[in-house]
Order: sequence, then structure tokens, then C-alpha cells
Amino acid sequence: MKINHSYSRRFFIKSSSAFAALAFIPLTVRSFFNEVKEKYFVKKQKIPLSVSINKKEYQLEVDTRTTLLDLLRENIGLTGTKKGCDHGQCGACTVHIDGDRNLSCLTLAVMLPGREITTIEGLADGDKLHPMQEAFIENDGFQCGYCTPGQIMSAVACVKEGHTGSVEEIKEYMSGNLCRCAAYNGITKSIQQIAT
Amino acid sequence: MKPFEYHKPQNKKNAIELAGKTTMYISGGTNLVDLMKKHIHEPDKLVDLTEAISSEITVEKNGARIGAMLSNTALAENENIKTDYPLLSKAILKGASPQIRNMASTGGNLLQRTRCPYFYDTTMPCNKRNPGSGCSAIKGFSRMSAVIGYSNHCVAVHPSDMCVALVALDAKVEILNTTGETEIIDFINFHRLPGDTPQKDNNLPEGAIITAIEIPRNSFNSNFEYLKIRDRESYAFALISVAAALVLSGNTIKDARLASGGVAHKPWRWSKAESFLKNKEATEENFRQAAEIAVADITPLKDNKFKAPMLTGAIQQALLNCLSNN
Repeated sequence: MKINHSYSRRFFIKSSSAFAALAFIPLTVRSFFNEVKEKYFVKKQKIPLSVSINKKEYQLEVDTRTTLLDLLRENIGLTGTKKGCDHGQCGACTVHIDGDRNLSCLTLAVMLPGREITTIEGLADGDKLHPMQEAFIENDGFQCGYCTPGQIMSAVACVKEGHTGSVEEIKEYMSGNLCRCAAYNGITKSIQQIAT
Repeated sequence: MKPFEYHKPQNKKNAIELAGKTTMYISGGTNLVDLMKKHIHEPDKLVDLTEAISSEITVEKNGARIGAMLSNTALAENENIKTDYPLLSKAILKGASPQIRNMASTGGNLLQRTRCPYFYDTTMPCNKRNPGSGCSAIKGFSRMSAVIGYSNHCVAVHPSDMCVALVALDAKVEILNTTGETEIIDFINFHRLPGDTPQKDNNLPEGAIITAIEIPRNSFNSNFEYLKIRDRESYAFALISVAAALVLSGNTIKDARLASGGVAHKPWRWSKAESFLKNKEATEENFRQAAEIAVADITPLKDNKFKAPMLTGAIQQALLNCLSNN
């Protein structure tokens, strides 16, 4: 069967007269409509942001709704930080803000001027991996690898905080990072290795 | 997320000037950003309080004063808090995860939404989210729900651990209202029961800001316990939690505090059980009776009858641990 893609004469007349009518709406009505729109619908707001990520300064313009996670992945292209649940439940998006572990999915980027952010990309020293990264490889601290950047950022903070006194303490202080593959034993071993 | 204007006032005065019907305040953002993503909260104006409110903490002879912007981690790890108010420290560390405790502020912890799974499920009716739409939990799954103080309109529980310790320690909430006056609210009256307006979690006046928490000096730092029972050992809300603290003279209880999370729309104080314990000997039998006095007042729902024996056991164990833990 042949599908007719052309528009009928009637459709053309109807639609073009509708558009013509729109042009005759008085300016006052249009400005009234715009005023109503301004009043009841908040426009997207973009604001300038200077932020330091992995010791590099960035001058950006961001939508107020942008989370740090989306800023890293979408605006800057640092895709090492992973989006798991996007609701603060899984820890895959863990980064350091001024040295402390935080969830980037629940952090609004606009709240960050002047703060120093470290992501998984900022952990290694050139080609030399961070000792925690080495430990994860050595101890099979992952399987599929999706939660790993968050696990490693959290593990580095866990050691720095000194919560590595026992296996139980490590598990308690790593509970904010879920691993669907359940590589927990390898993760715990990696942390023990670095802590001692 | 719905678009919003962002403001970052530099002081408290400028912050309250921005108050309005569609304005919300943000500090740590661990609860609010999530709720905004789910369109449960849709502020037109977001006011960032991180510069406006103090994060200072002072612990002096007459008590502790905690700036509302202090992070949960900083509060729990503070050496003076660990020595003088260890119950508070212990309760905070039983809540959330290290990442969330780093982000969450003291004031924000009080203002996290009282909730149940249906509050977060925007496809289901919920009187808290959409007043008048009905309560899904009463007819649905009520396993995590309240056992006391609930109404026909809402059976949600307050999720905080920190607040259970604060209510037990007779804390006070210092607020700044929109007319620029400082008010003090007793912690026990800060959160509210659902009644027929479950959309309101607390008695903070509209547009007001929490500026500090005060804890009067007490002697509950030797015999205390925060016991939390949950579905997994870490990073989960309480099914039942118990904050217990005793002041002992020999084996006689001079003063007692008992509070629970996971039981009501607000952090719950077991006042009758506290009065019973006063001037009694600290014995297993008296602890058992205190637990029974508390549990006599609860009315579990269809799916959470297990909370009655769980609460009885938790109160007894928490009181026993007060004698041996420290």
C-alpha cells in the first residue's frame, strides 16, 4: 500500500491561517502571557562556577540542577566516577571534597566554588598507580569493576580516617559502598594490606 | 529536577529574608537533593545555608552548643562530645554511611523527612506527600511502620538515630524565625505526631532556620547504650533502636533516660518507664519491668507485630549494656 506523505490543500490553508492569526495577537496580550510565564515558571538558571578538580582549575557555566556527578561525567568528561543508583544509596559516585569522602550524586555543583575535588582519575601519580589501586588488583578487589572507583576512593579515605583496626571496623566503615558482585573479601583484604 | 534559582546568603539575616512559600533551605543536601530528583520537593528558590550558619562547637561546664552546620562526622568524632556525651556520638555512628555523615549537617539531620517506602513511591497515594490522597502503608506493607503515636492518616517513622540520642539527653533547638527573633524549642516538642496533618514533620515555623542545638550538662556519660536493630548490620534504618542512659549511685538508679527510634513519627521518649526506674535497684528484674511498662503502650500494625517482643528485648538489653559496656 502506498502511503501518501503530501499534505492536503485543506490542511495547508487551516494551518497557515492559524499562524497568521497568531501574528495579530496584540503585543499587550503577548507581554501579559510572558509575564505570567515569568511569574509561575522558574527559568533554568545557569551560573558561573570555578572549581578545582584533580588540581586543575575549571571555569564553567552550570545549570543550578547539575550534580557534581553529572558535572564530572557530562560537562568535563571525567567518566571514572560512576553513576549507580543516583540516590545516595550505593556509593559508586564517591569522590573526595577537600580530602573527605562525599557522594557526588547528592552534591549540587553550584555549592562547590573554592573546594578541591579529587576523583579516581586524580589518584594515580602519572603512570604510577596509587597503592590502593595496586592492592585492589593484587587482591581481586573487584569483579565487574563498576563500583570499583567508588570503592577505591572510599578505601583511601577509610585508611586516612584510621578506621582499619579490625575486619569488622573496615566493613562498618565501608558499608556505604555496595558491590553487586560481592567482592567484599578482596576489598577488605586490599584495605588491610594498605593499612598495615 | 525542576529548575530553581540558587542563592547563597552570607549571614543568617540575609537567609531569612529569602524565605517564602516556594523557597527551601539546603545544607548537606543528602535528603533534599534526592527528594528534588524524585519531584517530591520542587522549590523555585534554593537557599544554600553553608556560609550563613555556624559550624562551631563549644562544650562547657553548663553544656554543649553545636552549630547547626556542623557535619554529623565532625560532631560524632569531637573529643569533648565523645567524653561528655558519648551516647550522642554512638548514636550518630550507627546511622547512614561515612559519606553521608560527612555531608549531612546537624540541623539537616533534624529536618530529614519522616518517611516510609510509600512516601518515596510517587506512583502510590501518600498523605504526607499528597495530603488527602490516603495512606498506602495502613492498607499495604506496614512492616517498617510505627507502633505508637500514629494516626489514620500516616504511620511513618522518623529515621534519625542522632535525634533519638538528643531527645534522651533533653536537648534544645535554637531557631531563628522570619521576624528575626531567636526562639528555643525543647527537642521533645520539635518533631510532631502525624494527627490529621502528616505533611508536617515538625513544629519549626515556616521559613525559620535551625541555628544551633544545645545539650544541658548531665551525668549520663558513664552508663549508656545505643542499641540499634535493623535488617542488615550497617547502613540501614532501625526496625527498633533504644537509647538508654542511667545515673547510678552504687546500684541505685538516680536518674534514667529511655528513648526509641523506629517506633513513631518522632523520636520517642518512654517517660513512664523512666519514672519507674528512678530510685530502683539496677537489676535485671527491674529492667524487665521497665521494658514491659514501655511496651504496654504500643499498638503494632498488621505487619509489625514482631516489634513488640523486639522492643521488649531491646530495652532490657540496652539497660543491661549500660552496666557493662563502659
